[in-house]
Amino acid sequence: MTSPDCILETRGLEKRFGGVVAIASVDFTLKQRELRCLIGPNGAGKSTFFKMLTAQLKPTTGRILFDGVDITRAQPHHVSRLGIGIKNQVPDVFNNLTVAENISVAARSRHGKARAGAKGKDVMERLGLTALTGRLVGELAHGQRQWVELAMVVALEPKLILLDEPAAGMTADETNKTAELILEVNKSAAIVVVEHDMQFIKQIAQTVTVFHQGRVLIEDTMEKVQGNELVREVYLGKSEDD
Amino acid sequence: MTANWQGNGGLVAATVLGLVLLLALPQIVDPVMMIELTSYVIMAILALSLGLIWGYGGILCFGQSAFFGIGAYAYAIAVINFGDSTIPLLLSIIVPGLFAALLGYFLFYARITDVYFGVITLTVTLILYKVMGATSGSQYVIGAAPLGGYNGIPAVPPLNFPGRPELALSFDGLFYLSGVTLLAVYVGLRLMLKSRFGQVVVAIRENERRAELLGYDARFYKLATFAIGGAIAGLAGCLFANWGMFISPDVFGLAQSAQVIIWVIVGGTGTLLGPIVGCFAIQWIATKLGAQQLLNANLVLGTILIGFVLLVPKGVVPTIGDALRRLKFCPYVAPLVEQRRVP
Ligand SMILES: Nc1ncnc2c1ncn2[C@@H]1O[C@H](COP(=O)(O)OP(=O)(O)O)[C@@H](O)[C@H]1O
Ligand SMILES: [Mg+2]
Repeated sequence: MTSPDCILETRGLEKRFGGVVAIASVDFTLKQRELRCLIGPNGAGKSTFFKMLTAQLKPTTGRILFDGVDITRAQPHHVSRLGIGIKNQVPDVFNNLTVAENISVAARSRHGKARAGAKGKDVMERLGLTALTGRLVGELAHGQRQWVELAMVVALEPKLILLDEPAAGMTADETNKTAELILEVNKSAAIVVVEHDMQFIKQIAQTVTVFHQGRVLIEDTMEKVQGNELVREVYLGKSEDD
Repeated sequence: MTANWQGNGGLVAATVLGLVLLLALPQIVDPVMMIELTSYVIMAILALSLGLIWGYGGILCFGQSAFFGIGAYAYAIAVINFGDSTIPLLLSIIVPGLFAALLGYFLFYARITDVYFGVITLTVTLILYKVMGATSGSQYVIGAAPLGGYNGIPAVPPLNFPGRPELALSFDGLFYLSGVTLLAVYVGLRLMLKSRFGQVVVAIRENERRAELLGYDARFYKLATFAIGGAIAGLAGCLFANWGMFISPDVFGLAQSAQVIIWVIVGGTGTLLGPIVGCFAIQWIATKLGAQQLLNANLVLGTILIGFVLLVPKGVVPTIGDALRRLKFCPYVAPLVEQRRVP
């Protein structure tokens, strides 16, 4: 049985694409309101892992338990209703709708008209999107579209938020703001963040999980992870050189 | 102020304009043309149904005439049996609506891709064409209604005042009823598209995966949109059976299915006014072409369609709407022309 303070647990989770093993037997647990950073080189399987957690991909084998419910074979909308929100790696928004409409669609998934309106307004203010409400999302810069997607996820008020490279394509200033937002949202939700930007990771990291070739290489504090020889070899070594 | 006008003011203005046209046209148009005009109005309802599911729902249906034909047959068969037209009218909406829901259930829940969906819906209407065509012979009777194969069902009784079969709808009456129905469907759909349901339908068209990750079951919303579109098409079919007092398998034919798609393309997907305008314009041109001997009508219509796809790919209404908005003519006229939001 899952312990009550555990919000997410995967057991022997595996995903193969034909001959390619993208995720190989991952056992992963996350506590309520934990903030976890997930790192690893390109192709390590981070995005695939997130997609299985949100039912965008069906696992080949293994189980996923969320808040005591087995969601291994659930539908994406069902997983969302249970309380998992995700920002995908590639901006995943409604390009031909306005910023306000994007956020309204998200907020109204959970709330009635009045509360959704208030929630949407609040989220747009917090993310500094108020000036953009009437703009079509497809016309915005990459970084701004990332914000819109973040705002949609926050408006859902999920119990678990998965962020796949939220700071990619952002300026240093925007990255800082993203980190602050994550820490704030973390007061009420568990979060898993995938990022390559080490400055950013250091800013928010508590426990760090390192994926390599579809497996968990190590899971520890940021200092321990940075000091680890194996990690330096497969990942950090490379990024600190450049 | 402007926002309010653009929200409901535009809708009120469109309604008033529609009512004025409805009352004025019979006064200024000659009786022969009124017969044509009535059929345009009925077909515009059919065009709206495809405009909804294709333009807003993103559902590529090549066989919208299937629901139109089912509605027409449901009405004809029922009214011949019942005498009074009240229940037959309801059946002409419910039967095609349920048929669309059933078809949609199998296709959407199996997550069939767009192109296959188009092909399958086209196949369905062609199968109905064959099946209804094969019903000639005295054994093919439903109650008192002989199905008549390719000859169809003649002498379909007209609609009557609910519960009073002796108070039958006159031909003028059919024009007004069709006009009011078109207006009601248009207004109803605009309101629906402003509601949460409508917002979600458009969001799913834009990005189905994102909508699902926000907690919406795309399959259900598509199914519901498809069923609503089927029901509206069926209602148009009922009016069409009244207009011709006759119904035959031709309503399921390829020509009928192709026409609806052309109306929507020419008028503009992603608006509700577009399909109506496209339907009126193309049918009017077809009527004019049919009256002359110089050029082959189908050749000219084909050329018009190709011209539109190449030169006015958005369709008439969105193109005019964009021009109005650019000219800052916007606050008073543009709201009549809903903004099209399709990639
Ligand atoms: N849809 C797919 N089909 C085939 N292979 C895939 C697919 N998605 C991911 N992969 C493969 O799975 C591995 C993990 O990819 P991914 O999860 O995107 O890694 P990361 O996000 O850590 O960079 C890679 O080798 C990638 O090529
Ligand atoms: Mg990735």
